[in-house]
Amino acid sequence: MVTEIEREIDRSHMEVSDEIAIQITGMNKWYGAFHVLKDINITVNRGERIVVCGPSGSGKSTLIRCINRLEVHQEGTIIVDGTELSSDLKNIDKIRSEVGMVFQHFNLFPHLSVLENCTLAPIWVRGIPKKEAEETAMRYLEKVKIPEQALKFPGQLSGGQQQRVAIARSLCMEPRIMLFDEPTSALDPEMISEVLDTMIELAEEGMTMIVVTHEMGFARKVANRVIFMDDGQIVEENVPEEFFGNPQSERTKLFLSQILGHQ
Amino acid sequence: MTEQSYVRTEMLGEKPPPSSQVGPVKWVMENLFSSIPNAVMTLVSVWAVYFLLSGILPWTFQSSWNSTSLHGCRAYIVEKYGEGTEGACWSVINERWKQLLFGFYPKELYWRPVVTLILMFVAISPVLFASVPRKVMLFSVIYPFLAFWLLWGGSIWLPIVAFSGFGVAYLAIVFGPALIGSLGATIVAGVLPIVYWLFLAGPIIAGLNSVAPIGIEGIDSDQMGGFMISMIIGISGIALSLPIGILLALGRQSPLFIVKTICVTFIEFIRGVPLITLLFVASVLLNYFLPPGTNFDLILRVIIMVTFFAAAYMAEVIRGGLAALPKGQFEAADALGLDYWKATRLIIMPQALKVSIPNIVSNFIGLFKDTTLVSIIGLLDPMGLSRAIVADQNWNGIVWEIYAFIALLFWIFTFSMSRYSMYLERKLATGH
Repeated sequence: MVTEIEREIDRSHMEVSDEIAIQITGMNKWYGAFHVLKDINITVNRGERIVVCGPSGSGKSTLIRCINRLEVHQEGTIIVDGTELSSDLKNIDKIRSEVGMVFQHFNLFPHLSVLENCTLAPIWVRGIPKKEAEETAMRYLEKVKIPEQALKFPGQLSGGQQQRVAIARSLCMEPRIMLFDEPTSALDPEMISEVLDTMIELAEEGMTMIVVTHEMGFARKVANRVIFMDDGQIVEENVPEEFFGNPQSERTKLFLSQILGHQ
Repeated sequence: MTEQSYVRTEMLGEKPPPSSQVGPVKWVMENLFSSIPNAVMTLVSVWAVYFLLSGILPWTFQSSWNSTSLHGCRAYIVEKYGEGTEGACWSVINERWKQLLFGFYPKELYWRPVVTLILMFVAISPVLFASVPRKVMLFSVIYPFLAFWLLWGGSIWLPIVAFSGFGVAYLAIVFGPALIGSLGATIVAGVLPIVYWLFLAGPIIAGLNSVAPIGIEGIDSDQMGGFMISMIIGISGIALSLPIGILLALGRQSPLFIVKTICVTFIEFIRGVPLITLLFVASVLLNYFLPPGTNFDLILRVIIMVTFFAAAYMAEVIRGGLAALPKGQFEAADALGLDYWKATRLIIMPQALKVSIPNIVSNFIGLFKDTTLVSIIGLLDPMGLSRAIVADQNWNGIVWEIYAFIALLFWIFTFSMSRYSMYLERKLATGH
């Protein structure tokens, strides 16, 4: 769970602005009768890098999936970029095109080439001409260091490469916020660091990120806030130094000792 | 460095395999004689194939092609190949093949169905093969109307005016949104062509006919028959059932209650009823439900029923394909901001259809062969004609030859479909 991050983080562009990117107030969610998210309140400023961690079943994935309405919340409000999430389809599609998401299982489109994966949404959602979309896509594929794979199909790539394509695909929409749902959990250890590297570069450019992960090395070095969830609630929220160095809640201490204990 | 220590400094290249690993000898040893049971099975199979062919081949080739009756056939074969020889009487095919292909279509107009068939291959080529220029697709759009006109003949204005109904819908889609909003335009685009076809098309056609009576000789549906009718019903059914099936499959999964209920009811009802019953409904009952005075062509009614029947099956096949897709594909499409129709068209359907190809083609093949059932409601498809031929005094008692010929006709088409589907599956494979 701890992939050592050896490189020095360049913090020159990582300032947090006062502008609010995401505001979640009094949010509750149920699956049928099961209360999965309980009274969630989070404010994310532009440029913040937030790591959400917690045991499995604690609701952390559900939480970030509520932000682009892959899951529907029942109570409270979620405001993304000044637009409130409601059942209005126009609002949802607008928010989704501005919030990128990276999934645990990559979810690349297997019937399309890497390049087509990256250009599909810009062409069909943003209405960008194909040529321009391809240039943008190549730029982002270079950024994630796999431009030479552009014409291959996802099934021909390794897991780490697929996840980097998935990140490039999201970036092609030039999102203002990126959500990562356990981006390295399905990867072999060798491939985790290449994906983490890509995420660090993104953070260095000042992207607003919410990352659900167990990668505590990443949380310690990159996050400016760590949120610990258990049983559908936010148990502890703090800057990484305090969170790891001086956890307050017993539940957090237990979690950290379990996840960091095998070093 | 100690004795045990070893470091490879150079990786090994590939060497050619030894001769026992390649070539025909290896294939025979591996596939036919790899073990004693395998060798025994091989010999038994060779004997079985020989036994079958030694019966079928002489029968097929010690045959008569030019006799005028079954009796004549038998006499000819005995005379030519000796006493006790039995052979096929292909003379019946030689005499009747035109009828088996075209029914009672006027002989001097056989070129019309032939041209229709050739143009069909042109029309489906851009659908089947990506290398065909996309502009040919325009011809594919016009083709159904052209084919109708070539086969049934009559005034050229009927297909043109019918086709222009889509033009009316297109105008509503293009100019409607500015005038009455996009929802209103969609509704108008659906309703306007129907109004146009029901109330305006008739007078317009009559008017155009009186001004410029252009047309070719009209053919009645009861003159049509033979393999031509199987093709008309089969190809129309195939071409229409796929899009309707896709819509039904999507409707069945829709969160909209009424849409979902309509689709489920349609699928479960049509799929739960034998095709024969539907065909009887088409031939007998359907006219009772139509407004008095309208005369719906029987072939058209049969096409509608066969299409419904195939579409209900198709919907379930495609639903299977949809169910096979990981949920992540829907989520990724959503997360990128694609709306429902774009996600369906660009992400979901290409994949769902791809995994469903074997089943879809099976359904097409089944549908095509099921067209022989129309002989029961009196259409003279090859099976219907075969009964008439057998009843002919000259050919009374003939069985194998006609059915073998009909089987061959169907097999050529179904086998082509099967091969095409395998080609398509290979082409769309994007895995390792």
